[in-house]
Amino acid sequence: MNLQIKQEDQGNTHNLYIAGEVDAYTAPQLREALLPLTGKESHETLVHLGDVNYMDSTGLGVFVGALKSSKEHGSTLKLRGMTSRVQRLFEITGLDEVIDIEDAKGGSK
Amino acid sequence: MDDRDLQYEKYKSILENYLEEQSEQTLYKGQQFSRKMIEQQISPEEAVSLHVSVLEELFPDLPEPLKNSYDFLLEMMIGYGFAYREHQSLRNRQQQLESEIEVAANMQQTLLAGKKPEVDNLDIGAISKPAQKMNGDYYHFVQDENDCVSVAIADIIGKGIPAALCMSMIKYAMDSAPEQRMQPGAVLENLNRVVEQNVDPNMFITMFYGLYDSRVHSFYYAGAGHEPGFFYDSEKDQFEELFTKGLVLGVSKKTSYREYQRVLNGNDMVIMLSDGVTECRSSQGFIERDEIVAMIRKYIHLSAQEIVDSVYKELERLQEFELRDDFTLLILRRKV
Repeated sequence: MNLQIKQEDQGNTHNLYIAGEVDAYTAPQLREALLPLTGKESHETLVHLGDVNYMDSTGLGVFVGALKSSKEHGSTLKLRGMTSRVQRLFEITGLDEVIDIEDAKGGSK
Repeated sequence: MDDRDLQYEKYKSILENYLEEQSEQTLYKGQQFSRKMIEQQISPEEAVSLHVSVLEELFPDLPEPLKNSYDFLLEMMIGYGFAYREHQSLRNRQQQLESEIEVAANMQQTLLAGKKPEVDNLDIGAISKPAQKMNGDYYHFVQDENDCVSVAIADIIGKGIPAALCMSMIKYAMDSAPEQRMQPGAVLENLNRVVEQNVDPNMFITMFYGLYDSRVHSFYYAGAGHEPGFFYDSEKDQFEELFTKGLVLGVSKKTSYREYQRVLNGNDMVIMLSDGVTECRSSQGFIERDEIVAMIRKYIHLSAQEIVDSVYKELERLQEFELRDDFTLLILRRKV
């Protein structure tokens, strides 16, 4: 039940590297890091999820909140490199059709 | 002798013992004594004060600086005393809250306690267990005069009270649009509008809605980002995923939901579940969907209700009887 977040900025692009588990306990931590970034007009936020080994629906909720915030503030949100397990969650919930998700990596399927 | 004197004498004897011989046994007695003092709500500053009086009796010639230092310590302990009393009052408050939650949980039970429909050619099984007191899963059956049965299963993000409150909103919204019951896609579109306007931006709801028309043995269904269920084809003796594509409720105002249809032959089953079923974590890792199918297969000769009860018991055992997430499993089987 641990989450590490690392942020690297290049101009108007914010890279968030997330590692660990995103669940009800760690979701507030992710929300705190993510929401201020999506609130900046015409900035781009890239969330790297390759090292996230578990996510539950509360974690998905953070991305739903971030998506709404980015639409409201005219910023861009992209998710990158999620494992097949996490990708499946985004597919089942239909969120893959409304959130910009780049190439999946790893996973068996 | 009153309580206070007794306490004084008892403390004095323990302390004297300890000063004579620093044994583990006496230390242990001291621990037990302090537990009793806590039970009697003796504050930390009173405990220090007791120690000082005993010490003054045992050593009348205590050096002045030492005596003064105890006055100082007493003053310090007063802060701890406040913290202790605050802790006490928080505990009382917590007990009060717990009993309020108990009342809310009972209300939720009443709200949810829908009757399982009785239809001649349908065998129905349903189970729903909350991980905590309040259930974030929702299911509901409605039976009409033509023996059509509609079924809804929903999972509200998060657990506990916020999820439960959200659930009563769903139930109300569904009850207030009965004319749509026959159109699964329209039911979800309508609910999506209600949910989108009324929930926190981080919240969403997944739902699967279906309608079984027993006159034509057809199941019409649509899904809003809900964990896919299964369809059991008894002739082929195969389980297939009951796939639906559709965005979860509460994310985007204008969302439409595709409607699907399956014809049920005798002994065919529709199996619906919440992600609490597939997110079960045993000591060996996640429980995969294949394993759930294997469990259902194991009990397939039983009635629908016995199947869902048995699967629940097995999963409960695998998780060492500690549910991490709310659990809901529903089965509709066409009788031969």
